[in-house]
Amino acid sequence: MSSTDPLPTGGAVVEVESLRVEVIGQGVDIVDDVSFQVAEGEVLGLVGESGSGKTTVGLALLGHTRRGVRVTGGSIAIDGRDILRLSRSELQSMRGRLVSYVPQDPPASLNPALRIETQLEETLAAHGHGAGAEERRARIREMLGEVLLPDERGFLRRYPHQLSGGQQQRVALAMAFACRPRVIVLDEPTTGLDVTTQAHVLETVRELCRAHGVAALYITHDLAVVSALATRVAVMYAGRLVEAGPKRQLFHAAAHPYTRKLVHAIPDIAGRYELEGIPGRAPSPGQRPDGCFFAPRCEFAVDECRQSFPPVTRVSAGHEVRCFRSDDVLAESVRERMGAKAAQRAVRGEQTLLSVRRVTALYGDVPVVHEVSLDVWPRECLALVGESGSGKTTLSRCIGGLHRHFTGDVLLRGTPLPRGARERTRETRKEIQYIFQSPYSSLNPRKTIGQIVAQPLRLFFELSRREMQARVDAALERVALSPALADRYPDQLSGGERQRVAIARALAAEPSLLVCDEITSALDVSVQAAIVELLGELQREMGLGLLFVTHNLALIRSIAEEVAVMSEGRIVEFGAVAEVLEAPKADYTRKLLADTPTLDVVPA
Amino acid sequence: MSDLAVAVPGHAGRHRPWLLLLAGTWRQGRTKIGLAIVLVLVGTALVGPFFAPYAPDEPVVVDEVFAFPFDPPSDAAKLGTDDIGRDVLSRFLWGGRSVLALSALATLLGVAIGLPVGLFAAYSRGLLDDVLMRGMDVILAFPQLVLALVAVATVGPQIWLLVLAVGITTAPRVARVVRGAAVEVVERDFVRAAESLGEPRRRILAGEILPNITSPLVVEATLRFTFSIAVIAALSFLGFGLQPPAADWGLMINENRQGLEVQPWGVVLPIAAIGLLTIGTSLVGDGLSRASIGIERGSGER
Repeated sequence: MSSTDPLPTGGAVVEVESLRVEVIGQGVDIVDDVSFQVAEGEVLGLVGESGSGKTTVGLALLGHTRRGVRVTGGSIAIDGRDILRLSRSELQSMRGRLVSYVPQDPPASLNPALRIETQLEETLAAHGHGAGAEERRARIREMLGEVLLPDERGFLRRYPHQLSGGQQQRVALAMAFACRPRVIVLDEPTTGLDVTTQAHVLETVRELCRAHGVAALYITHDLAVVSALATRVAVMYAGRLVEAGPKRQLFHAAAHPYTRKLVHAIPDIAGRYELEGIPGRAPSPGQRPDGCFFAPRCEFAVDECRQSFPPVTRVSAGHEVRCFRSDDVLAESVRERMGAKAAQRAVRGEQTLLSVRRVTALYGDVPVVHEVSLDVWPRECLALVGESGSGKTTLSRCIGGLHRHFTGDVLLRGTPLPRGARERTRETRKEIQYIFQSPYSSLNPRKTIGQIVAQPLRLFFELSRREMQARVDAALERVALSPALADRYPDQLSGGERQRVAIARALAAEPSLLVCDEITSALDVSVQAAIVELLGELQREMGLGLLFVTHNLALIRSIAEEVAVMSEGRIVEFGAVAEVLEAPKADYTRKLLADTPTLDVVPA
Repeated sequence: MSDLAVAVPGHAGRHRPWLLLLAGTWRQGRTKIGLAIVLVLVGTALVGPFFAPYAPDEPVVVDEVFAFPFDPPSDAAKLGTDDIGRDVLSRFLWGGRSVLALSALATLLGVAIGLPVGLFAAYSRGLLDDVLMRGMDVILAFPQLVLALVAVATVGPQIWLLVLAVGITTAPRVARVVRGAAVEVVERDFVRAAESLGEPRRRILAGEILPNITSPLVVEATLRFTFSIAVIAALSFLGFGLQPPAADWGLMINENRQGLEVQPWGVVLPIAAIGLLTIGTSLVGDGLSRASIGIERGSGER
């Protein structure tokens, strides 16, 4: 992986020139002035936060726009043909044959009512592949082999819901590669998958791209994923391409402050660097400032940046940037080294904050957690790490009183707790606060932010209206949100802001233990870094105990003192974070470490 | 990671679903027509009695002589007289109140029963869900009109019984829609969050779940109102509603049907009114339901 980047072998297959996409009737651009090329056999990583317009660009390569928007300028040439000028039927025949698309959400792209075999066969038949059913079946077997899926009849006769997330994504990959396209657009195909599955799918993608010499556009918000896959990387911010270049250059010597920030937001598994979030949020279409769109969030910004958008400048061969201050950015030294967190560990008292003793949790009759015991100490953070299906969420739900079917004990300061939240005392419910994985689901869309944060206040404290208001404001400020947001509704907030609201709600209860269930996995990497930063700060300042559940080992270095690794419902390894990450004892931990994407091109 | 979310500015207000629902409904031509019809008829029922030339339940007296039954329109009785010589216009103007009031009450009763049942069933799942919903199914098994007839035939024609019978048969239909919409909401994490904080059950139902199902509820209630009008009018026609000599559209049709050939107004007028009223309310309901689908489409899955 860390060998020299292979140079593109052929000429440019994809040529995008000054692409502009607008909201119909408003003249507001979603994407403007985007130009790039992808050569045969090359994987271009298109990186940006949610809302940066990267999916819009990806879809444009298929000659498609979402409802309400359309391409109003520029050209997209694939194999020399301008696809924006193609007729509807020409586009249709082009898709799949010339360009194909792998969406983010595999279940959404597979028909739940059709068997895998039928769907694959349809794809082939639709593009006139294979003379007869027999020939097509042989082709399907070949395809499945390529994406490392079993090709036996039993598997082919399954329905999409009978496959795991990783298998579904592999089927989607097989379909995309079925007709040997020249170009393939992969839109965050691994976002919903856990690290191990993600690593395997990425490996498959890399193999397929190389074997068939397709030009690939890999869209993601996660630079670490790109580092394992792409040869070149293009960074988008607020609908503009701000930097593009060979992967090594971008990771070593990014010339745009935004790219630097993105790199710094990637959790480093070796623990060399402090995790940094990017403050603020990207401006929406129609609300973008004059000058450089990143200027309001940029520490390098000068007056010039606020007046006009920087032109494209060449840094070195194939490395281009749009920043007035790129020379100063390049001159800036590399990121700061990380302070040793473990050394700051407080002296422990005798009493654990939370103890889990021989908990066996059941789903129906199936045990998903087996005899697990663990301790969370006051003012410390315990990370609980495992793949999806390892039972970590079920265990944390048992602790939070949300899953009642378990045996064994959950003790708060030595006192056993009733199983369900309703049976617990008000004091206990106040002390243990649970934060959910998806802030899109954990905030009631019909309540204002103020009402949401006030909920625990209403239940746990007797407060006057004015005191309530003051506490809500304080809780919002605590998580670095403006109290002015109190009148807004969740759908007016970004994902990161919503998760902050969820944290504010938990903090308003003045808990002593926070149970954080994968709270960053639905968020962009840059936002994830900011949330982890915030949690660490809160923990230090408020003396909270933390149970931090995650599938990302790289993340725990910045936040946890101890880690418990869980697999198939059992704890397979437990120890101080540094020890476990540097000298893992269990095979499973080693495997997990190997699969965790990290910036392997950064020099040690 | 939906990039499109930012691409459609100016959608603030989605959090007040019913406001948006009403706005979306109003934008459709069918709603405007439906609303115009309903307003005219409701207006007629409400203020009509003040303009009625005669008392509704007494025969018309011209020059101290009783008017003939089924008298065709004349200067004295603009739309003729009915089967016992009363003024058709006056009875028509008086006769809308009962139909409207009774069907509105019955619908309200149906929602008042069906909404909590549906919410409870969706939230509790398990045994209670089955018991509640199968109980509703039992009621649903009887045609609305038949059940109402049985009730009225057993106890006798009482106004409250009419409302009760129609209301109770409306409830399962409301409950089903409410449950269907709520089941999805119950699974969302904010309900778990409220549970973990120890929010009381009724507050979870009313404060967390209900606000998320207002659109389907409003649509269903409007639809149920349309059906209630038809059933109430039918029961009145059959003589199980208001009793003579009260003025009531359903009753009027029955009383005057023998004179249809000589004096059609006594029948045509109430029939047209009831027919238009149901068409009007169902147009409004249709507009609502179309708008509610539009809302669902617009907001997308996030």
